[in-house]
Amino acid sequence: MKIQSNVAVPAGVQLPIYMDNHATSPLDPRVLEAMLPYLTNKFGNAASRNHSFGWEAEQAVETAREQIARLIGATAKEIIFTSGATESNNLALKGIAEMYRERGNHIITQVTEHKAILDTCKRLEKQGYRVTYLPVKADGLIDIDDLKRAMDDKTILVSIMYANNEIGVIQPIAEIGKLCHEKGVLFHTDAVQAVGKIPVNVIADNIDVLSLSGHKIYGPKGVGALYVRRRNPRVQIAAQIDGGGHERGMRSGTLNVPGIVGLGKACEIAQEEMTSEAARLTGLRDRLKAKLEAELDYIHVNGNMEHHLPGNLNMSFVYVEGESLLMGINDIAVSSGSACTSATLEPSYVLKALGLGDDVAHSSIRFGLGRFNTEAEVDYVAAKVIDVVKKLRELSPLYEMVKEGIDLTKIEWAAH
Amino acid sequence: MAYSEKVIDHYNNPRNVGQLDKAASEVGTGLVGAPECGDVMRLQIRVNPETQIIEEAKFKTFGCGSAIASSSLATEWVKGKTVEEALEIKNTEIVKELALPPVKIHCSVLAEDAIRAAIGDWKKKNGVAEAAEAAAAH
Ligand SMILES: Cc1ncc(COP(=O)(O)O)c(C=O)c1O
Repeated sequence: MKIQSNVAVPAGVQLPIYMDNHATSPLDPRVLEAMLPYLTNKFGNAASRNHSFGWEAEQAVETAREQIARLIGATAKEIIFTSGATESNNLALKGIAEMYRERGNHIITQVTEHKAILDTCKRLEKQGYRVTYLPVKADGLIDIDDLKRAMDDKTILVSIMYANNEIGVIQPIAEIGKLCHEKGVLFHTDAVQAVGKIPVNVIADNIDVLSLSGHKIYGPKGVGALYVRRRNPRVQIAAQIDGGGHERGMRSGTLNVPGIVGLGKACEIAQEEMTSEAARLTGLRDRLKAKLEAELDYIHVNGNMEHHLPGNLNMSFVYVEGESLLMGINDIAVSSGSACTSATLEPSYVLKALGLGDDVAHSSIRFGLGRFNTEAEVDYVAAKVIDVVKKLRELSPLYEMVKEGIDLTKIEWAAH
Repeated sequence: MAYSEKVIDHYNNPRNVGQLDKAASEVGTGLVGAPECGDVMRLQIRVNPETQIIEEAKFKTFGCGSAIASSSLATEWVKGKTVEEALEIKNTEIVKELALPPVKIHCSVLAEDAIRAAIGDWKKKNGVAEAAEAAAAH
């Protein structure tokens, strides 16, 4: 037996294939082109008010602010530039917690948030804030009634992500926003995976504060933004980085002009192409899913498929360990919920929050389709995954036992 | 994570994959690990009753590449050895042979456990345990 054999590579497919677009996305060449002048001769500091170099840079930054605002239904003045969504999330949570401390000390979030939210909340807890971590249902969605019940007169902030980075599940954001506004509670959303992929509108969704990042939408790394609502209500945020008072005092530091220009351009392209791109990626995703399901047994999709990002497919290939599967498909870049692939040696906490057993979480793969993936790539990926899963199952004592009708839960495993 | 060439070789071309008849008296079966820990190994040996030499070894493993490689290597190493010789195999030798990084040492431990479990099963079936202990008492 040979685990990796030669699955035919369709014409036009270049190996390795990148299909991990939730982790990061390649820079769109149009974005690079927009950035280049600001990496070379247009190097001015956007805060230089007394010469053309500064004016030119400031102009470019303001254009980007417009482009970002337009994509999410905000106004340019409501956009604050940051170094990425990790910083945006930190600034939103810490800045609001600090500013509204007198009103209350209770924050509500959920268990499947990105670490940039969860770890920020943990720090706030150490500082005396109370944080409720809402559970999710088996499909990854929160229960609005849980949220209602969690709110009390000390609640100042709700932070629920728009779409999850592992399972692609889209939360009922408009409903959450409406509830928050009725209760007079601020609503923040980590919209890193949603912005540019699906329609996001801060007015329609009643969002007060929103985090986004450049490198998930074919823009550059190290640049992001925070939307901070200026009317109904006017949100105030305590700065977490002190200095020259840039960004209306909320975030000091010389602006990353080329990065910001790139982020703006990425938003503009995303807005223009969202409808067609979402349809195409949904088609590719469904094609991949259908092919895998046609050939393999004991696989299942993780997360609600109806409220789902176009390019995401998270699947468990039960009785095959995720890292060994990644090793067999090493000409394809995807990621796994397996403990063996994480620094902590714990399987994905997001999958565990859905109620998946550790054994099934170990067997999961996240496919992240993006702008530059093609149908031929999907066909190759499907064929390769099917081939390797089948072979690893020939090697799997669990698969053999299940096929023989043995109930694995009845075996006394010697945990180690 | 980067894998050593030997891990990749065993992963890609696992040796002695398969199943022996659990019920046969000359076969010993070791099933170790747990699905929720992400690795389960089943190692089986067929022992010549005359010579006590392990003439055949088979394995199946659910686990990462290093777990697969460790168990594949274990089947190669036990073959041709007597059961007592096979019991001498140490997980540290597997670590060294496969150049396993520290986070993968548990894979080698599991492989050693699997060898011991298979031999233990065979001994139990054949009433060897008492004989061996009796011999040791002399
Ligand atoms: C949902 C979510 N939030 C936050 C982040 C962090 O973004 P950044 O890399 O821009 O700091 C990521 C990306 O890893 C993400 O997927």
